[in-house]
Amino acid sequence: MAEFDIPELKEYPIVPHIKPGAMEHSKPFVAKPEFQEPLGYPGELVDNWQQVAIEKLGELKGKYRSLQVFLDACVKCGACTDKCHYYLGTADPKNMPVARQDLLRKVYRRYYTFAGKYFPKLVGAVDLTREVLDDWYAYYHQCSQCRRCSVYCPYGIDTAEISMAAREIMDSIGLGQKYCNEIIGKVFKIGNNLGLPEPALADTLEGLEEEVYEDTGVKVRYPLDEEGAEILLVTPSADFFAEPHVDGLIGYGKVFHEAGVSWTLSSYASEAANFGMFIGSYENMRRVALRIREAAIKLGVKRIVFGECGHAWRVAYSFLNTLAGPFDFLDPNYPVPQHICEFTYDLIQQGRLKFDKSENDHMVLTFHDSCNVARASRMGNFPGGQFVIPREIIKATCNHFYDMDDWGIKEATFCCGGGGGLLTDDLMEIRIKGALPRMEALKDVVENYGVTHMAAICAICKSQFTKVLPYYGFTMDQIVSVHQLVSNAIILTRGKDEPGDEADTAEAA
Amino acid sequence: MTFLTVVYALLFYVATGVLLFGLGYKIRLYWKTPQPLKIPTTPAPVTTGGVVLRMLKEVTVFASLFKGNKWTWLFGWTFHAALLVVLLRHLRYFQEPVWEWVRLIQPFGKYAAFAMLGGLVGLWARRFLVDRVRYISAPSDHLMLALLLGIGISGASMTFVAHADIVSLKAFFLGLMRFDWQPLPADPLLLIHLLLVATLMIVFPFSKLLHAPGVFFSPTRNQVDNPRERRHIAPWAEELERKERQQAAAG
Ligand code: HEM
Ligand code: HEM
Ligand code: SF4
Ligand code: SF4
Repeated sequence: MAEFDIPELKEYPIVPHIKPGAMEHSKPFVAKPEFQEPLGYPGELVDNWQQVAIEKLGELKGKYRSLQVFLDACVKCGACTDKCHYYLGTADPKNMPVARQDLLRKVYRRYYTFAGKYFPKLVGAVDLTREVLDDWYAYYHQCSQCRRCSVYCPYGIDTAEISMAAREIMDSIGLGQKYCNEIIGKVFKIGNNLGLPEPALADTLEGLEEEVYEDTGVKVRYPLDEEGAEILLVTPSADFFAEPHVDGLIGYGKVFHEAGVSWTLSSYASEAANFGMFIGSYENMRRVALRIREAAIKLGVKRIVFGECGHAWRVAYSFLNTLAGPFDFLDPNYPVPQHICEFTYDLIQQGRLKFDKSENDHMVLTFHDSCNVARASRMGNFPGGQFVIPREIIKATCNHFYDMDDWGIKEATFCCGGGGGLLTDDLMEIRIKGALPRMEALKDVVENYGVTHMAAICAICKSQFTKVLPYYGFTMDQIVSVHQLVSNAIILTRGKDEPGDEADTAEAA
Repeated sequence: MTFLTVVYALLFYVATGVLLFGLGYKIRLYWKTPQPLKIPTTPAPVTTGGVVLRMLKEVTVFASLFKGNKWTWLFGWTFHAALLVVLLRHLRYFQEPVWEWVRLIQPFGKYAAFAMLGGLVGLWARRFLVDRVRYISAPSDHLMLALLLGIGISGASMTFVAHADIVSLKAFFLGLMRFDWQPLPADPLLLIHLLLVATLMIVFPFSKLLHAPGVFFSPTRNQVDNPRERRHIAPWAEELERKERQQAAAG
């Protein structure tokens, strides 16, 4: 199936011995000038790139305490070395988090520390050469910014922060990654990652309404650009058509229908994803985020709810208030923004949703915690709500649910292998190899509990699994959306003029 | 006043100066550098009290390291705990009269030297035996352990093998602190011990020993998880927004 070996699945992740250079060849396509310039970066590698890169590093460490402290504090204790799924899947030592950080740290030391200026050999400091830059390009695009390493580091050193800074430096010398930068350009121009224009979107949503009506006999709405709606739903654009994403979107609509609130999507902010985070660019991340604020103001909504997407939820939960706040024009009785899972869970708690769990009886489920939800954000009003709430939704809608082993869930969750701007075909090898630990955890519950499906709340995870599951002997449809389960099991309230299908709906009182 | 006394007296003034100014500079830098985004590693505490507790767990029992690697934790924690006892025991050289509790820990405190040395040996062994840790070790990582082992071995030799003249030593250090120099006993073990200690003090602010202040400034550990409740914004980001508003108003 591929020109490289697919790793063999063991019972649990085995820490491999190092194989230097094993993934040196893995490099994504470089962004062409037309994808660089709209983001405010030089079109191609500038002549004095060394100088510009070093100055940029200086600027960033002055703007980000994280970067400054993380570059100084690492003691090379090695606790993080076996925590990265890309190391476990490839054995390339430069995929060990600390070694990945060192690619930048050794340059920082050379130009910005006393020891590195005068005793470079002693502290492993090096000049910024073309080889170093090549290593940056290769290995900072083999980090999905999943933050698993930061959980185990005694100082919480987060390699994601270093990768983001490195990508920002590379962008600013004209060496950008095609996938991310092209997508950000599309958001600025058209409004979403997929470049789906307003008419196509309207069409798709109309199609969904018909489909759901045929299925259930209930007129569930999927509105677009409706001014005065109470809720603005911002969801990843994959939700508009791809399987299993769209089944999740159908589910959100049904939940809103049952809650009896008016809601709308926006064609202007038709994208929850924010790849500005992946490239470590505050400015670009902010520009993307501001679209949501503008859409909320224009549509006059009172609340903002986000659909199932991992990094989007990080940007929404952790950064949106910073980037595009304050949101004092929204209803202060609700958190801004809310996750669709929080919304659904609240209704379940209040007993306002009815489910026929047997609708999901053809599946035995497990849940994949997406990194950005698990380690970079929260749901609900208590620490760890992001683990409890999705699981409670699954349990409320399904009869058969089993968690994977502790080493691969919750804060210890393993990345799907495709996050952080790596979800592109030119990085297929690292994506497949990086999925190894998750596949091992899945295999375990498949064999021991007869698990048939894995649910997730992230568009990137869903797309990635659809692609890589087959390489490990699973099938692509074994990944499902959490709100797909909700959609299957929910009992819809039937209006007077809606004949409905008795099995699926309940008469409105 | 012997030549030796003068050299060591100056050495310790310089070392103390470098340590204090160096650390002061770095701590000021960490303090002043803004953190533009909320990035606590979640699940994270939602109150300041919770963050204090989280930080206490990190610096007293190395909670994250415990999750990360049991051997490194065992050796690392043993080393640091023993180091703390050793340093507290050393307070007696710098005070007159000596605090009661410093007096109390003397008799059993001296055995901490063995724990400290054991921890260091374990940590160093990992740098050779574990291929991943070998790969990430620079010469400075080995030298740092060698330096600490040197300090520990020379110190323990004085405690358990050839006692130094503690009374004169104490007079020397109290003299330094009061700017009233007293002669330093010319005991080779002591001179080695002190030379290495001065080296450690000088190296401290330029090396990975910055992890000691650094841990307190780590945003992934010291931030409260409340981004939705409170708007967090860095001064440079506010500036960015202000400029944008001006531009919008102008054109
Ligand atoms: C706030 C105080 C401190 C904290 C919380 C702290 C914490 C830690 C932790 C968690 C590690 C990693 C585990 C290990 O390798 O031991 C470490 C490593 C280390 N610490 Fe500290 N430390 C502190 C102060 C110090 C001081 C004052 C020294 C030196 C005199 C020191 C010297 C070292 C050394 C040399 C290492 C690296 C060990 C190796 O090479 O594996 N630490 N520290
Ligand atoms: C100016 C600072 C220091 C002075 C004057 C000093 C002096 C001494 C003396 C005189 C002894 C022998 C104690 C005895 O005979 O009972 C000793 C022991 C020792 N020293 Fe130091 N020392 C200093 C700093 C340090 C530092 C920074 C470390 C660790 C990094 C250290 C580690 C030890 C150890 C492990 C022992 C043996 C155990 C003990 O007696 O507590 N010393 N030191
Ligand atoms: S953030 Fe994730 S992908 Fe990146 S180095 Fe850490 S563990 Fe690996
Ligand atoms: S766990 Fe933290 S301190 Fe230890 S080697 Fe990794 S990044 Fe450095």
